[in-house]
Amino acid sequence: MKIDYTPPQTENWMDKPVEMKQGNFCWGAKGKNLAAVEFPNARDWSPVEENWKLPQDWEGTVLEAMADRLSKYRSFKVFMDICVRCGACADKCHFFIGGGDPKNMPVLRAELMRSVYRKYFTNSGKYLGKLAGARELDLGVLKEWWYYFYQCTECRRCSVFCPYGIDTAEITMMAREFTNLLGLNTDWISGPVANCYMKGNHLGLEPHAIMNSVEGMIDDIETITGIRINPSFNRKGAEILFVTPSGDLFADPGTFTCMGYMMLFHELGIDYTWSTYASEGGNFGLFTSNEMAKRLNSKIYAEAKRLGVKYIIGGECGHMWRVLNQYMDTWNGPADFMEVPKSPITGTVFDNAASTKMIHVTEFTADLIKNGKLKLDPTRNDDLVVTYHDSCNTARGMGLLEEPRYIINNVCNKFHEMPDNTIREQTFCCGSGTGLNASENMELRMRGGLARANAVKHVVEKHGVNTLANVCAIDRATLSASMDYWVPGTRVAGVHELVANALIMTGEKERETNLRGEPLPGKGGNE
Amino acid sequence: MKVVLPFIAVVVLALLALVGVTMAHQVQFFFGVIVPYVAVAVFILGFIYRVLQWGKSPVPFCIPTTCGQQKTLPWIKHDKLENPATTLQVVGRMLLEVLFFRSLFRNLKTEMKEGKIVYGSEKLLWLAGLVFHWTFLFIFVRHFRFFFQEVPSVLRMMEGVDSFFQVGAPLFYMTDAVILGAITFLLFRRVYLPQIRYISLAADFFPLFLILGIALSGILMRYIFKVHIVAVKQFAMGLVSLSPIIPQGIGAIFYVHLFLICALLIYFPFSKLMHMGGVFLSPTRNMANDSRMVRHINPWNYPVHVHTYEEYEDDFREKMKKAGLPVEKE
Repeated sequence: MKIDYTPPQTENWMDKPVEMKQGNFCWGAKGKNLAAVEFPNARDWSPVEENWKLPQDWEGTVLEAMADRLSKYRSFKVFMDICVRCGACADKCHFFIGGGDPKNMPVLRAELMRSVYRKYFTNSGKYLGKLAGARELDLGVLKEWWYYFYQCTECRRCSVFCPYGIDTAEITMMAREFTNLLGLNTDWISGPVANCYMKGNHLGLEPHAIMNSVEGMIDDIETITGIRINPSFNRKGAEILFVTPSGDLFADPGTFTCMGYMMLFHELGIDYTWSTYASEGGNFGLFTSNEMAKRLNSKIYAEAKRLGVKYIIGGECGHMWRVLNQYMDTWNGPADFMEVPKSPITGTVFDNAASTKMIHVTEFTADLIKNGKLKLDPTRNDDLVVTYHDSCNTARGMGLLEEPRYIINNVCNKFHEMPDNTIREQTFCCGSGTGLNASENMELRMRGGLARANAVKHVVEKHGVNTLANVCAIDRATLSASMDYWVPGTRVAGVHELVANALIMTGEKERETNLRGEPLPGKGGNE
Repeated sequence: MKVVLPFIAVVVLALLALVGVTMAHQVQFFFGVIVPYVAVAVFILGFIYRVLQWGKSPVPFCIPTTCGQQKTLPWIKHDKLENPATTLQVVGRMLLEVLFFRSLFRNLKTEMKEGKIVYGSEKLLWLAGLVFHWTFLFIFVRHFRFFFQEVPSVLRMMEGVDSFFQVGAPLFYMTDAVILGAITFLLFRRVYLPQIRYISLAADFFPLFLILGIALSGILMRYIFKVHIVAVKQFAMGLVSLSPIIPQGIGAIFYVHLFLICALLIYFPFSKLMHMGGVFLSPTRNMANDSRMVRHINPWNYPVHVHTYEEYEDDFREKMKKAGLPVEKE
């Protein structure tokens, strides 16, 4: 594959109108999904049609919203003003690395917005126009915004390198606020948002469907371990509420991770419950508008209060944890009806969640392992040569770096890191975050996934890695696709799938297979 | 256009001063007294105004970009500077950022080689940027000798260090060469690197040409045209003591230097140069990652329409009962 990183020779990028390429954008939102959450301009629309069915005076709507957000978000205002266009961010974006489109350079993505800001909110832009890098908001600009701000996964990798910490995610979030005021969401985002609002989760699983799905997993667990576990739902008075992305309930390999949580909690005998109302840890509202994100997130605390739990454990997910760490308490707190999380097994008090009362399941499990509370047989994972992919949000919006690694190193014998520039705070997006994990934009997703895949390929060739571990439901779905394309033969697994494989449960039968039903090393004659 | 126009603008500014001082006394007074006072006032007031304007917008969410391990279990080493959890740690992070350009130091060069993506070290931008800013500050402070009757020993020491090699008369300042080199590099990469040229605006070239003009005119008047230094000091002392005088025979190049500096001061608050103030206000850097420990308050947080549990149960009550789920209302 050849990617040309050299931008066109035109004098000014503004002279080049947007060219929307098939395979690089998602289908438009359906009217019924926008209406379900009372969004403006709810109607079916298609980005490939000339007419986007925009409301009257849409320019006024956008500019008014821009003025409003400038007065509400210091980040937005400062980031509109202080970029010096040094270009340090230019080659840090996975979409630019995998595609070479100059408007995917974070600086230029932001300039798409800044140019309009200058025209209407600065004097230089007002009077000097193009010379000052300003331009009017017109339909071409709007289409360009829509195309490129739905090509940013808000991964924040560029902001790590920016000398002023300018965070493109903040600008993309604003662009998505504006486009949502015009009814310009994508089907892949607005569908899950409507589902989550009405049914409690992105996938639209109704209460009985959730239970059926869990039932199926329980059967599998019994087949593998001989132990029948019995999780509870919507149970009042439980000590802990467990919330995980609904993707874990739905499809492989997420379900293996989900089986992992349930086996762990069963073995510990902790008093926890699932909720069918708050059955979504993820939050596609975050990819829509601040208000929508808050509306979806409200269910978690509301349900914790209704059930009367003491605290909440959250499953493996990426953007879910950006929300839980940086937004939830501010939106929907204070969670003063709960207690500071305290592990019922080790007695460890999680002061780092003293206010939100919500801990990450890898924090919980790492503490268990450190205190010797789990019986583990890592040799059961000996057929797996593992590397670990940091999710963008847990890495750059939280700093959850060591907990998963500590767990992996205790449940697997073979672990190798990818190159330094591709992990931890410099980790690469899977290529499909922020609701870009649709199928119609597959070219974009595979291009965006190239940087991650390239690093995986490196350790596959160097160390024989065959398993890409992660703590993100979207990763589990999207990395599976990008691995199949770029590095076939690499499995994608949640950390708690690996935990459960190694976990020696009380009263279990001699295990023959791992959670995927594959023979354990030394058991199937495949050694 | 975006390169040539800013260049012409700076040349015009320089010529304006050059022509102006050869004219009547009133015009000299304008360039030597009015413009500097106005420039300083615009700079200070403008700078404050911009920072206050930014400050007027609240910080609704705690959004630090975390670049290291969070504070969590006691046996996991917390990266205090890259992922600060307290105000003191934030101060540490900000100091690294402001004094040493920590984030830019991470810079990499991403390239495609034989179908593989490789990451090379790319510290030149960091180095040039850091050198440019520090040298600029050094030279700026060094100039304070013109504003003191008795030159403070610190300034003498700085001069001593700067002219360490003791060559030339007047003694050659190293910083003069260094800043020219740094500006040239920064200009060169903007023109030469296709990606950077593509993203650059006239507003990126103008300050570079302007500062280059200031540096060049300063160097010219020190080493080549050798302006009347005693007169310059008289002039500077007059300005700071608010009893301005225009001594005769300073030399026209001095007014070019002065006028370009004034142009920079006036331009500063309205331009990207405000990153000087903005960096301190950047929420991704100046906040502690403590939002799970302490509730961050959003001053405009407002109630939103939610889908309550009761509504959810109403929607699914029969299905829930059938599945054996507890319900609030039978």
